[in-house]
Amino acid sequence: MSRHTLSVLVENKPGVLARVSALFSRRGFNIDSLAVGPTEHEDISRMTIVVNVEELPLEQVTKQLNKLVNVLKIVELDPSQSVQRELTLIKVKADADSRSHVLELVQLFRARCIDVASDAVTIEVTGTPDKLDAFVKVLEPFGIKELVQSGMVAIGRGARSITDRSLRALDRTA
Amino acid sequence: MTERMTGAQALVRALEHVGVDTVFGIPGGAILPAYDPLYDSAKVRHVLVRHEQGAGHAAEGYAQATGKVGVCMATSGPGATNLVTPIADAYMDSVPIVAITGQVASGAIGTDAFQEADISGITMPITKHNFLITDADDIARTIAEAFHIAATGRPGPVLVDISKDALQAETQFSWPPVMQLPGYRPVTRPHSKQIREAAKLIAESRRPVLYVGGGVHKARASEELLRLAELTGIPVVTTLMARGTFPDSHPQHLGMPGMHGSVSAVGALQQADLLVGLGVRFDDRVTGQLSTFAPYAKIVHADIDPAEISKNRHADVPIVGDCKEVIGDLIAAVEASGQQGDYADWWTTLNGYKETYPLGYDEFDDGSLAPQYVMQRLSAIAGPDAYYVAGVGQHQMWAAQFIAHERPGAFINSGGAGTMGFAVPAAMGAKMGDPDAVVWAIDGDGCFQMTNQELATCTLEGVPIKIAVINNGNLGMVRQWQTLFYDERYSNTDLQATRRIPDFVKLAEAYGCVGLRCERPEDVDATIKKAMEINDVPVVVDFVVHQDAMVWPMVAAGTSNDEIKYARDMAPTWENEE
Repeated sequence: MSRHTLSVLVENKPGVLARVSALFSRRGFNIDSLAVGPTEHEDISRMTIVVNVEELPLEQVTKQLNKLVNVLKIVELDPSQSVQRELTLIKVKADADSRSHVLELVQLFRARCIDVASDAVTIEVTGTPDKLDAFVKVLEPFGIKELVQSGMVAIGRGARSITDRSLRALDRTA
Repeated sequence: MTERMTGAQALVRALEHVGVDTVFGIPGGAILPAYDPLYDSAKVRHVLVRHEQGAGHAAEGYAQATGKVGVCMATSGPGATNLVTPIADAYMDSVPIVAITGQVASGAIGTDAFQEADISGITMPITKHNFLITDADDIARTIAEAFHIAATGRPGPVLVDISKDALQAETQFSWPPVMQLPGYRPVTRPHSKQIREAAKLIAESRRPVLYVGGGVHKARASEELLRLAELTGIPVVTTLMARGTFPDSHPQHLGMPGMHGSVSAVGALQQADLLVGLGVRFDDRVTGQLSTFAPYAKIVHADIDPAEISKNRHADVPIVGDCKEVIGDLIAAVEASGQQGDYADWWTTLNGYKETYPLGYDEFDDGSLAPQYVMQRLSAIAGPDAYYVAGVGQHQMWAAQFIAHERPGAFINSGGAGTMGFAVPAAMGAKMGDPDAVVWAIDGDGCFQMTNQELATCTLEGVPIKIAVINNGNLGMVRQWQTLFYDERYSNTDLQATRRIPDFVKLAEAYGCVGLRCERPEDVDATIKKAMEINDVPVVVDFVVHQDAMVWPMVAAGTSNDEIKYARDMAPTWENEE
């Protein structure tokens, strides 16, 4: 098994997320991470889907996704040719004794402290999944009270855009 | 030019514009607004069925007999969920239908309102696409889109769910609307490099087979297929969905492959060095155990649906395209190459299989009726111009095997889904699509009891189909498996036919049909002829057959095609290979 990152451009319509996620579960593919949001074009949403599958099932899932009428385009992003990021918010125990240790780690990982209480701080950190895992590990001894993580978002390096051609297709039908 | 009208009127007007002449359905609360303008339509005939499942299968039968999109209509909740089975059936067999359902008013959606069901959610995995409309302004455009999606590319069912308030609201109607389907672009033109590659493999191969599926007739490409076959001299097998696409009587035809295929067809696939799959999906009922299917064969796989290619079996030469274009291009490429494959040895082997293992069946000593004989006589008397619409089970396999399939599209059945109860409503739909044709439904006694309520529709609407009930008093195919694999323990397969509950002749009469019964081989011809002479009302013939008749040959589920049994405890041997 290997991790693959798919960028899926879809029409911004109700029910599209359900169609995509239902297709994955129906065909027996597990989603590691899924993030959806708007793009620079109001009629297009972009999903970033991370799946853990072999090459052949991946081809099948891509073809099945392409059959969904609301799916405009699918691109697999090569990790070496793209930037991939997740965001994590962590609430960690920190009192007068431990706070400076925690803040030191925040600095080291280029994270940000976004809220402080007398016995806890809340931290925001972005990065690759590896970096976030490492950060969580070093905070664990202090006591993690709460953690929330986004799905991964990714974008290709360089000047080319994957949305250009899909936008033209949309314009033709408008 | 635009015109002001209600959403319901826009719906009916849109249906008229896309060319709908027949709608099968049942009204109810949420769809009621649509039925009012439908009442006035001079172009659209609404056929009031007795169960929504019948409406769906009738739409399928209509679609397959006409090549047009079939249409069914139902109300929200249970009306819509009763369409689920035929929609799933149409999805599996790529039949173009549009199902229109009423939905509760948009403000009530999600509140568990009376007769509310999330039918677009329910049908998501069994439709090619579906829509939920809550704005009257979207109705005309969505209907145009639904028919376009259903009919183009790989055909399939599309559901349009319309909330009651959208049907009642006012809108501006104009035609044609601008479709908004930026993500829908089916590929129909095959890639020329792949075609050349396929032609090369054809010329190099020594044991090729044209493995023909339902996609060839859907592309209306049987003439091209005949030309390709005769040009190359390659043997042809036709799957259950392709029976009739290549004439059974043609010397290059080996029969049907698969679980109940002919020994020559199954043997050809297993021994082949090249399979040219045309509009097929390497279904498990054809391949048997996938790992041992056609072990020596390279695969050329042409289909309009890219997701079918290499789904089950890796394709050495994948070709995405419409079969009519693919086969046409293949003919041109083979002609251009000027190369002719040498298949003489291959034909010697295959003709040997054909001679040694012809399709056959055992007669019973007690003078009772063999179902296979009924099929042969029906075929001989009704002829190739008739439609044969089968249900699911033993009778379906006998119909596939023993009717002489000569005409593309003349055999209609439920293949992928295996939906019992398909035959009667589908035959009704086929007859309405092609009213001058003779339409024989071939049904089992189990199947027949699932949907025979549509006989009322047939009689009242003047649809004189003929139904051959192959009555063995059992859920016969299940019984056959119990005989072979469950130690003859007949758990819940006996329908107790000896008690004649119901009596199919009386049942037919109760529905205003003619009921006939035939129990002996010597009466078969006279009974069929009598049924052929009745053309004002439907005819039901109760063919009482022996309950121990079995479908042979057979490849047991999950085993290799190499384990095919010609008859019980009798397996063929392939010529030694490589």
